[in-house]
Amino acid sequence: MNKKNLREEIVLRAGVNPKKCMKCGKCSGTCPAYDEMEYHPHQFVNMVDTGDIEPLLNSESLYKCLTCFACVERCPRGVEPAKLIEAVRLSAIRKQGANRMTPNDVPAFVDEDTPQQLLVSAFRKYTK
Amino acid sequence: MQRIGVFVCWCGSNIAGTVDVKAVAQALKLEPGVVFSTDYQYMCSQAGQNMIIDAVKEHNLTGIVVCSCSPRMHEATFRKTAAAAGLNPYMVEIANIREQCSWVHKEMPIGTEKAIILGKAAVAKVNLNTPLTPGESPVTKRALVIGGGIAGIQTALDIADAGFPVDIVETKPTIGGKMAQLDKTFPTLDCAACILTPKMVDVAQHDKIRIFSYSEVTEVKGFVGNFDVTIKKKARFVDETKCTGCGDCVDKCPMKKNPNEFNMGMDNRSAIYIPFAQAVPKVATIDAGACTMLKKGKCGLCSKVCGAGAIDYTQKDQFIEEKYGAIVVATGFNPISMDKFDEYAYSQSKDVITSLEFERLTNAAGPTQGKLLRPSDGKHPHKIVFVQCVGSRCASCAEKGKEYCSKICCMYTAKHAMLTRDKYPDTEVYVFYIDVRTPGKNFDEFYRRAVEEYGVNYIKGMVGKITPEGDVLKVQASDLISNKQLHIDADLVVLAAAIEPDKSARPLATMLTASMDTNDFFTEAHPKLRPVESPTAGVFLSGACQGPKDIPETVSQAGAAASKVIGLLCKDKLTGNPCVASSNEMMCNGCSSCERVCPYGAITYTDKEFRMPDRTTQVRRVASVNPAVCQGCGCCTVACPSGAMDLRGFANNQIMAEVDAICK
Amino acid sequence: MQMKEYKPLIVAFCCNWCSYAGADLAGNNRLNYPADVKIIRVPCSCRVNPMFILRAFQRGADGVILCGCHPGDCHYTSGNYYTRRRMAMLFSMLDYLGIERERTRVEWVSAAEGAKFAATMNDFVEKVTALGENKRLEDLRCKR
Repeated sequence: MNKKNLREEIVLRAGVNPKKCMKCGKCSGTCPAYDEMEYHPHQFVNMVDTGDIEPLLNSESLYKCLTCFACVERCPRGVEPAKLIEAVRLSAIRKQGANRMTPNDVPAFVDEDTPQQLLVSAFRKYTK
Repeated sequence: MQRIGVFVCWCGSNIAGTVDVKAVAQALKLEPGVVFSTDYQYMCSQAGQNMIIDAVKEHNLTGIVVCSCSPRMHEATFRKTAAAAGLNPYMVEIANIREQCSWVHKEMPIGTEKAIILGKAAVAKVNLNTPLTPGESPVTKRALVIGGGIAGIQTALDIADAGFPVDIVETKPTIGGKMAQLDKTFPTLDCAACILTPKMVDVAQHDKIRIFSYSEVTEVKGFVGNFDVTIKKKARFVDETKCTGCGDCVDKCPMKKNPNEFNMGMDNRSAIYIPFAQAVPKVATIDAGACTMLKKGKCGLCSKVCGAGAIDYTQKDQFIEEKYGAIVVATGFNPISMDKFDEYAYSQSKDVITSLEFERLTNAAGPTQGKLLRPSDGKHPHKIVFVQCVGSRCASCAEKGKEYCSKICCMYTAKHAMLTRDKYPDTEVYVFYIDVRTPGKNFDEFYRRAVEEYGVNYIKGMVGKITPEGDVLKVQASDLISNKQLHIDADLVVLAAAIEPDKSARPLATMLTASMDTNDFFTEAHPKLRPVESPTAGVFLSGACQGPKDIPETVSQAGAAASKVIGLLCKDKLTGNPCVASSNEMMCNGCSSCERVCPYGAITYTDKEFRMPDRTTQVRRVASVNPAVCQGCGCCTVACPSGAMDLRGFANNQIMAEVDAICK
Repeated sequence: MQMKEYKPLIVAFCCNWCSYAGADLAGNNRLNYPADVKIIRVPCSCRVNPMFILRAFQRGADGVILCGCHPGDCHYTSGNYYTRRRMAMLFSMLDYLGIERERTRVEWVSAAEGAKFAATMNDFVEKVTALGENKRLEDLRCKR
């Protein structure tokens, strides 16, 4: 798939318009997983907007996003970066043809404090 | 039947070069109503005009058609000619056979044919013309200024200096507005009080200016030149004529724990108070919600200590009715509420403050006598974070912020940062910005000085969240240039809150039938060419009620509004445009369609009694147009379903006749 | 016998503040456009009652063009917004009547756009000429 089509597809899937971004950086200011990421939320939006999506697809940053939606809540322009990240993540998973998480991986994560909802949403996020 | 004279102009060879003027004159002579037809080299010349005057007298003409250049060029000339000949000036029509015929067509037969058709259309229209007289209305030579901030003060002073009486209505107990609360002003750093208070004194001492403080406008009726306004003077329980402003009552008042609005609630005032030392009028006001005498009938201390006997617990709201020729709106702005911005912890920590609060903290007359101290523990802050665009440029959160740029925040934040570094060089200052917007004389130099000479840390990025922890504020922010997330332990955080129009503006706009945009800023009559006038005639705009503005811009707009008001009040009578809408009451069905589309609020509905054929009377709701307010766009004529509304000078049957003449 | 060259009959309504001034400017600059266009001056495009346009078609006009200030620039602040809506409704009615869409047009021409005025008129006349003669609307009230 060429660059432009990929951008269109991701924007369509996310349902948000990266052109609305005014590059204030509040998403990155707000992100709790910032230091874990190679590409930070504000870069993410810009990279999707410019169609520079390949590096994102290959980056671990995709899976560092906690989908806490703090950026969505606080973005003053309604760009909703988490939704874009989610859309790219879906692209990556669909492209790889494999799931990033299998039921065998679960026991390693589980301890007493882990809410069940977290496991369910992790499955939803990391599998097809 | 009209007796029409047709005058075809050659315009030298401009028209005669491509139009056979003699043939045009001949052809138009055959049109119904035409009794005289001629041509001449230059109709607009004195000789040509005399020719028209003579022909009117000789042939008893009742209407004139001039086939010449554009009516935008010489319509006024020929109307004057008609008036000189004793005709009604509105019995003249122009057929534009130069700009729209001879100049754009090359061949004589084609040009002539079109000129004849254009002439026929004009003749058809004149046949249906009726004499029109412009309405006249008197002008009350007094202006009302609503709002007593720097905008209102400047407008009032300028109007009063021109010799017209002005009334200022201010809701607060004193005039001065937001500027009175400021410490220094950018970019020159002169002290706000030093330049504002002399102006306030000028207002107080001006014999043409009356101040209605602690008052509001409750009703506006009438139209340009003739507004009837009701002003409510709220009871302040102090006789303004007796109070000397000595302040004895303020000292003695036992109810001292009321948040002081003037200091943004950062300290307390007594129940009877004078907002600040230089207040105008310098008169005490009793806060009815805080005074025990007014609430429970116990106390009365202020009345005992008042040497002037000015305290009057029985005072009631007073209503004053006054006539005005012009109204200036100067209702100003307020910072928006920060309560909904949870991420900045404004409501959780006293040390997160807005810029206006910071302004009071650094003001020598403020709660800390000008020492920069933390509101929570009174210690010196050593690390201060300024956050810009809080609530400004916020497109997604209409319930929280505003979509527009508040314009003044970049500059006052630079000022705050610079002054902090100047007074307390041991303080680290961070400013988080999205863009630094400094268009204005000496503005960018000022901002660069803050960075280069005063060492303010400007960081491109935004604060994501602030968490109070112990006695520090944990600030988490992004630095987009170095692509890092920053964690700063700040002692004080200052939020540059967006500004919004004062809440009183919306109901006022309804009273004035002045239009507003979706943000509740007043709209101007033309965004470029008539920036200080409202589309509603006689209503003028001054200051931040029209859009975010800094002080120099406000003052220049205030002066501009004043000059427009003076221009209006200089006139003894207002002559209207007679080409206005009028309603046929017998056909009007009272549906209000016209009222809804009128951009000027010129149409009102009244109940009228009509005699019916069977000698009974019936009350019907019918439209009437105020000719002094109507500008003659004709929008209502199309909206009217019953055909009752028509436009004088461009009546339905006239335009239809033109269409018919062209399509014949 | 030679066929007479077909000349359409075009009525143009121009608002006084923008389009009429634009037409004057076209004249000042000697920008040619066909003489088939006859201009009627109205104070604002919102003064044009859809009835006027129907009347023109009844009386044999082949095309009607309505020119006003650009949206947002109306001398009367909001008049052309009403025009835009009214004409959208009129156009769907004309569709229903079977009058080709190309025979009516709304254009925004400012007082500075003399060249645009001339170009618009040239284009409009060309389009209407290509359509040929219009069928005349019958006014039932006039039928004997």
